[in-house]
Amino acid sequence: MQQIDCPWCGVRDEQEFSCGGELVSRPRDPANASDAEWTDYLYFRQNIKGLHTEVWRHTAGCRMWFLVDRDTVNHSITAIRKLQPGVTSAPEGEVNE
Amino acid sequence: MLQRYSLLSLFKNGLTGNENWQPTWRSVEPKKSYDVVIVGAGGHGLATAYYLARNHGITNVAIVDKGWIGGGNTGRNTSAIRSNYFYREATDFFERSLQLYEGLGEELNYNIMLSQIGVMTLAHSEHEMEGIRRWANAIQINGVDSEFLDLEQIRKELPILNTSVNARYPVVGGFVQRRGGVARHDAIAWGYARRADELGADIIEQCEVTNLLQHGGRVTGVETSKGKINAGQVVLAVAGHSSHLAAMADIKLPITSMALQAMVSEPLKPFLNTMTVSSVCHAYVSQSDRGELVIGGSADICNSYAQRGGMPVVEENIRALVELYPCLSRLKLMRQWAGIVDITPDTCPVIGALPMSGLYINGGWGTGGFKAIPAGGETTAYTVAHDSPHPLVEAFSLERFRSGELVNEAAASGVAH
Repeated sequence: MQQIDCPWCGVRDEQEFSCGGELVSRPRDPANASDAEWTDYLYFRQNIKGLHTEVWRHTAGCRMWFLVDRDTVNHSITAIRKLQPGVTSAPEGEVNE
Repeated sequence: MLQRYSLLSLFKNGLTGNENWQPTWRSVEPKKSYDVVIVGAGGHGLATAYYLARNHGITNVAIVDKGWIGGGNTGRNTSAIRSNYFYREATDFFERSLQLYEGLGEELNYNIMLSQIGVMTLAHSEHEMEGIRRWANAIQINGVDSEFLDLEQIRKELPILNTSVNARYPVVGGFVQRRGGVARHDAIAWGYARRADELGADIIEQCEVTNLLQHGGRVTGVETSKGKINAGQVVLAVAGHSSHLAAMADIKLPITSMALQAMVSEPLKPFLNTMTVSSVCHAYVSQSDRGELVIGGSADICNSYAQRGGMPVVEENIRALVELYPCLSRLKLMRQWAGIVDITPDTCPVIGALPMSGLYINGGWGTGGFKAIPAGGETTAYTVAHDSPHPLVEAFSLERFRSGELVNEAAASGVAH
């Protein structure tokens, strides 16, 4: 069982959370983004073997999105950060559940 | 000359203490250069090598693997075989695979222990039954066998299933694909390995690919833990690690790697004569020839390359099993494991050329790569030999994510993922 330290609620079991997958940034200028940019945003992923940054939501708690630096091989979490305005944006729409 | 397996050979070798069997495949060191190098000696890689030789006469082929034959997802699945998909593209492909499986034991001269016990999908509400009618009708329209079952028929065929109206998720009906079933997963890898080896392909185990060599926009070989191997064409058949290998050529894929778990119980006397699948209870279960129950369910919740899963999914699977079969509540589990699967946005595979000349992929199998092995190998071999996609996999190109022509098969995977 992975345990995740929600920045607002503290350490909880993974079952309380949803994983939104690796961090991807929406096109900065949606109105003028090309089809290729939307395709990259929607479908293509780095899918890193090792340490990467992903987004999680405390679905059964505060329902807030936050960032987790987690190793995809040994599952160790090295950092958890609140989503700050301007740092990056949370994914909208569907979550991989 | 390959030693043929038969009742007579079994008898003769039995009389001589089983000491005169030939090795099933050669153990070789890599040559400097091959026409085709296949990365990944799982079912798909080995089948690709076999069909390259048999169908296209391409025998100067190496299959390299960082571990051993069939040690990845080929040895980590629930060995389910079915072709009850929804869209024509997927149905045609998986039906071809099922047909190849039906003749594979004879073709390979290797007992793959195919048991067409049928795959029964259960509905737990009238609304789900509506969806299942639509699904089963689509299968029939696509020319594949599927049969509706009402509650009485299910009770007759599976008396031990919990069909009480007081169940938490009462069964209301379902459908069955009678030709679906299971096969011996290791035998698929070993059978293809044996025949590919006989036809001239070199199988090189313990040989990890560390880089893809390229020159002028074309792949020229692989750098491995056993040195450099030049190649005219390179095939990545490494589902679970597709993104990791493709990244060596700076190619991003629409794939996320996740852990999918399965487990087996202690052996029981034969009592379950079909595979049952429940999307609502979230489990599928069959009984192996050894009597063990083979149980699978949903993937774990986040990206993983760890080949082990978390307990919450195990608990969910067991809860589902006991809901369907309350008589199993005191059953002990023997083993539990996970494989790393390639999840694509439309849950269909990615087969064909990658955006680098001479480089091909056979991956993106999601949670259903085992059933696809024969057709996956056949179509990948064709695609490599002709440098043009096999008609059955035109719809599964990487390009579909750019053109928007996704084949959204999410509704037809056995259980939701």
